[in-house]
Amino acid sequence: MAQSIEKLNRIAIEPVTRVEGHGKVTLLLDDRNHVRQARFHIVEFRGFERFIQGRPYWEVPVIVQRLCGICPVSHHLAAAKAMDGIVGVDQLTPTAEKMRRLMHYGQILQSHALHFFHLCSPDILFGFDADPQIRNVIGVAAKHKDLAVQGVMLRKYGQEVIKRTAGKKIHGTGAIPGGINKNLSITERDELLKDLAQMKEWGLGALKLAKDYTVEHLDWLADFGSFPSNHLSIVREDGAMDLYHGRLRAIDAEGNKIFDQVAVPRYIDYIAEEVRPWSYMKFPFIKSLGAEKGWYRVGPLARVNTADFIDTPLAEEARREFMAVTDGKPNNITMAYHWARMIELVHCIEKIDELLHDGDLQGEDLVLKGERRPEAVAIVEAPRGTLFHHYKVDENDQVVMANLIVSTTSNNEPMNQAVRKVADQYLDGHQITEGLLNHIEVAIRAYDPCLSCATHALGRMPLLVQLFDSRGNLLDRKTR
Amino acid sequence: MSNTITFSIDGKEIECKAGRTILDAAEENGIYIPRLCHRKGVSPHGSCRVCTVIANGKPMAACTTPVTPGMVVENDAEEVTAMRKAIIEMLFVEGNHFCMFCEKSGNCELQALAYRFGIAAPRYPYLFPHREIDFGHPDVFIDHNRCILCARCIRTSREIDGKEVLGFVERGPRKKVAANAEHGLRETEIAVGDEAMAACPVGALMPKHVGYQVPIGKREFDHEPIGSDIEKEAKASTK
Repeated sequence: MAQSIEKLNRIAIEPVTRVEGHGKVTLLLDDRNHVRQARFHIVEFRGFERFIQGRPYWEVPVIVQRLCGICPVSHHLAAAKAMDGIVGVDQLTPTAEKMRRLMHYGQILQSHALHFFHLCSPDILFGFDADPQIRNVIGVAAKHKDLAVQGVMLRKYGQEVIKRTAGKKIHGTGAIPGGINKNLSITERDELLKDLAQMKEWGLGALKLAKDYTVEHLDWLADFGSFPSNHLSIVREDGAMDLYHGRLRAIDAEGNKIFDQVAVPRYIDYIAEEVRPWSYMKFPFIKSLGAEKGWYRVGPLARVNTADFIDTPLAEEARREFMAVTDGKPNNITMAYHWARMIELVHCIEKIDELLHDGDLQGEDLVLKGERRPEAVAIVEAPRGTLFHHYKVDENDQVVMANLIVSTTSNNEPMNQAVRKVADQYLDGHQITEGLLNHIEVAIRAYDPCLSCATHALGRMPLLVQLFDSRGNLLDRKTR
Repeated sequence: MSNTITFSIDGKEIECKAGRTILDAAEENGIYIPRLCHRKGVSPHGSCRVCTVIANGKPMAACTTPVTPGMVVENDAEEVTAMRKAIIEMLFVEGNHFCMFCEKSGNCELQALAYRFGIAAPRYPYLFPHREIDFGHPDVFIDHNRCILCARCIRTSREIDGKEVLGFVERGPRKKVAANAEHGLRETEIAVGDEAMAACPVGALMPKHVGYQVPIGKREFDHEPIGSDIEKEAKASTK
């Protein structure tokens, strides 16, 4: 870290584009123009944790999903799972659990498709240095029409799954405390089955694209914004990847287990959050390792690394290929997130296939009730990573405490690490070059950060980059 | 002496029994007059003014104004619609109505009227009042944020349930429905099965624990605008 900040040059990239929400990057340089400090700022604040206080517990799954329009289902389900605990239900009916899983897989499918096809593919199809006028989703639509259509259709399919399980494509009401409010009719099932084979084919195509790109550029990507780190996710009791339910597992950069099969309510004994004055995002860390070394990555890369196996054949085959690249050790390459994300996309399609052929989805037993409890914690693996929801509810049924640790928050320190690494590699003197901007954005984008989730912000601004000397004079300014 | 009188709504000749209100006579003839504070089976209140019509040239509340022979009523008129929309918009800005997460969404008469009138956003500034929530009762709650002071719960509780559990307190902007007890609903005899619970047109007086149990697509106003049932009956009977 920089010792004497006032003597350093400062570069700001604001906002970072093609991520969900917006943030900015500042780089502090020393006299020899080496990056001494890199910060990925999240500058907005929404404060859902505060304003759901006083609301009744059954409202929470519907309110908190308004954090985001990209993966609201993750918040909807994490809150609903926590509220299962509040109403004393530990095991849902098969219909309720499977309907929620179907909703979740539809959600991850649409979110991963959006990210890969719309946000990431311009970088890997056109190269990081390509003209920003072309290196965007419109450019993809012009030059690779089939791929653009597949992206739109895969996303649409995921949204259709959500609509049939939650009632609406965005901000539905399906999951309620103790269960679900609808089953899947035969008509709805058949509508979804109709396009499934096509989705699988396109999903496998995207997986191949992500894999081939990573393997072809492996030597270069291995160093691009990459660093050893811990990885965290939930896994099933048998160690399988499970995106909806499981117990916590954390591994280090070599694959050694830091903890395993930790029951979700005990998360607070293992994870703490550090507050830093320059960002509204907190910095979570593994308590036993301390704030300095305990930060960890979450999301597709972490999940593929932590899982012992995936319980669907095509995704498992892909996972084995993925792990073979690093000889079975955890993959710490930032850009490998894209490959891991597409493994999960295929896994979701396989899971949807499995569920649509399960008669339990047409069951009538939807909601259970138990004995009210004052506190509950729930975790789901959201598209961007592990999502914690923790609530306390008083005897009048009103929420008195809420703590949400969202995926992008967990990836906060990793994104800062990636920015510092890339900036150091690509900063050329004290000029702001397109190349520098592009490479930093590509590294951040690999994490698919959702800034509206992390601090709960919305909006869009033109890109502004400013370079200051150590006395605060503006040396260079660039807008996009 | 004939017990039937003749009058007109929007130029249409209508016959009804003497003593009928404009709203009831219209409804019997398949004409929907929007309303919020009016509820079948309890005494009319005439407070919300959403049912305002022009009767013999004057704006009148259709739910409390009896029909007179030869009366000329304008219901589907630009001037009337403008007044109704203004009232509905004022109700929205006066309270804290967050349809996007309200458990009454899809079953809410205020929301349904806004949809029927094509109100996308109110023209008036939101007042964002600070309102209390009474969550003390184990099965029932009042969220004053959503209350529109229609008194349907008060009248239904008294006249149908035979209970003295609710009433208005305060005046002007501080006016609110209150429990007839020192410490709120929990000290009253209100019960989740009371007819008063079904009387609330918005999400103010609600049963606890059951929010969102009706899926989207099966809620009261998911498919057809409010009032369609009245208009449909008329179409069916003329076939």
